[in-house]
Amino acid sequence: MIAKELVVIGGGPAGLCAAIAAAESGSRVLILDRSARLGGQLIKQTHKFFGSENQYAKTRGFDIAKILLSRVDTFADLIEIWVEATVVALYPDKVLTVVQDGKYIKIQAKAIVVAAGASEKFLAFENNDLPGVYGAGAVQTLMNVYGVRPADRVLMVGSGNIGLIVSYQLMQAGVKVAAIVEAAPRIGGYKVHASKIARLGVPILTSTTVLRAVGETCVKQAVTVKLDPAWKPIPGTESVHDVDAICVAVGLTPLTSLLAMAGAMTSYIPELGGYAPILTDEHESTLADVFVAGDAAGVEEASSAMVEGRLAGLCAAKRLGYPHADFDDIVSECHAQLAGLRNGPFGCKTCAGIAKMREVRDHAR
Amino acid sequence: MHDDHVILCRCEDVTLGDVRRMLAAGYVTVEDLKRQLRIGMGPCQGTTCGLLLQREVASFLKKSPEDVPIAKARPFVVGVTLKAIAEAADEE
Repeated sequence: MIAKELVVIGGGPAGLCAAIAAAESGSRVLILDRSARLGGQLIKQTHKFFGSENQYAKTRGFDIAKILLSRVDTFADLIEIWVEATVVALYPDKVLTVVQDGKYIKIQAKAIVVAAGASEKFLAFENNDLPGVYGAGAVQTLMNVYGVRPADRVLMVGSGNIGLIVSYQLMQAGVKVAAIVEAAPRIGGYKVHASKIARLGVPILTSTTVLRAVGETCVKQAVTVKLDPAWKPIPGTESVHDVDAICVAVGLTPLTSLLAMAGAMTSYIPELGGYAPILTDEHESTLADVFVAGDAAGVEEASSAMVEGRLAGLCAAKRLGYPHADFDDIVSECHAQLAGLRNGPFGCKTCAGIAKMREVRDHAR
Repeated sequence: MHDDHVILCRCEDVTLGDVRRMLAAGYVTVEDLKRQLRIGMGPCQGTTCGLLLQREVASFLKKSPEDVPIAKARPFVVGVTLKAIAEAADEE
């Protein structure tokens, strides 16, 4: 068994910021990431961020990853990094088991920040296992990380920010987007993204979903259908699109299985993407010394994930006996930044989710 | 819609048709369906199908999804070889 002070699970925006904040406070940190490269989803985000200067607005996602990694490098004496290291289990006594290079390794942590991120939701439609049916994350990885064009003509399912941004990036890569369908009666993502796509002539069809993929060995066509106000398909409204790929972008759900297996309380909160952990205002779970940040705490954006990571990292370090010299100031600044990021028509969903989470928490006490 | 052509669990190749037949036969909890069909027991351990299955059970029982418990999370989140565990035990 290897003993470690603070273990950060996941080296995406939340995990990197947690590690930096904890190291600034004086704690030793081990970052574990299952990928070969740190940065999480940032490394495939070629678009410029919104939000405020504090969260690198106007900077592209992969450049933000570089900035965070160079900050991590300045703490080489405190921060240790294991890549291609998958945390396979978490136990209530803060023991983690990790598989790296075929080896099974046990770690006893004093404190943990779970920044495991989220997984993509999938959709049940006919022939949804045909080659050519992709998750939006896979399309982004193929195009933006590996430089592989995933298809020639795509039907995008979902008009949230991921569906809109990936549609635009597909067009940048020379792929034709036949249409974007959205089951809800209105477009899910930012108007600025939707307008940009509409100007390029891509129809965004609301109250519409994908009914089936057509093809013997791969996707040849997609059939869509209009939905009534009760979200039931309206017979006779089917239309056929000639596409060789269907890209599913219907949202994300927090990765909470490690927390759940260790006995941390989670609750079903649709506004946060599904099952979300019950957390204190310091982002500590119901397991003492186990903190959670980023999409694993509730699906939001990378901007808020970075602030949550900073908050969780500071609080975890303080718990270990390393209070940051400006702890109180930075913590209140983090809370103010989160409130700012969540202030707006899209933030109200997150705020509603957090209010529900707090209700469950206070009821459980 | 042909339920037998709608995949819920990609890892274990379980279709919507499989699930609906089991629901009709009286297996109406996620844990029962898991034992009958191996749904959610493959390499991704239900990460992809968990919420889809929950919604299907909820709609069969005419309940809200949050009132339908999902499968219990247990170690490990991905497959681990016995060889790796045995070698780690030898070293201790």
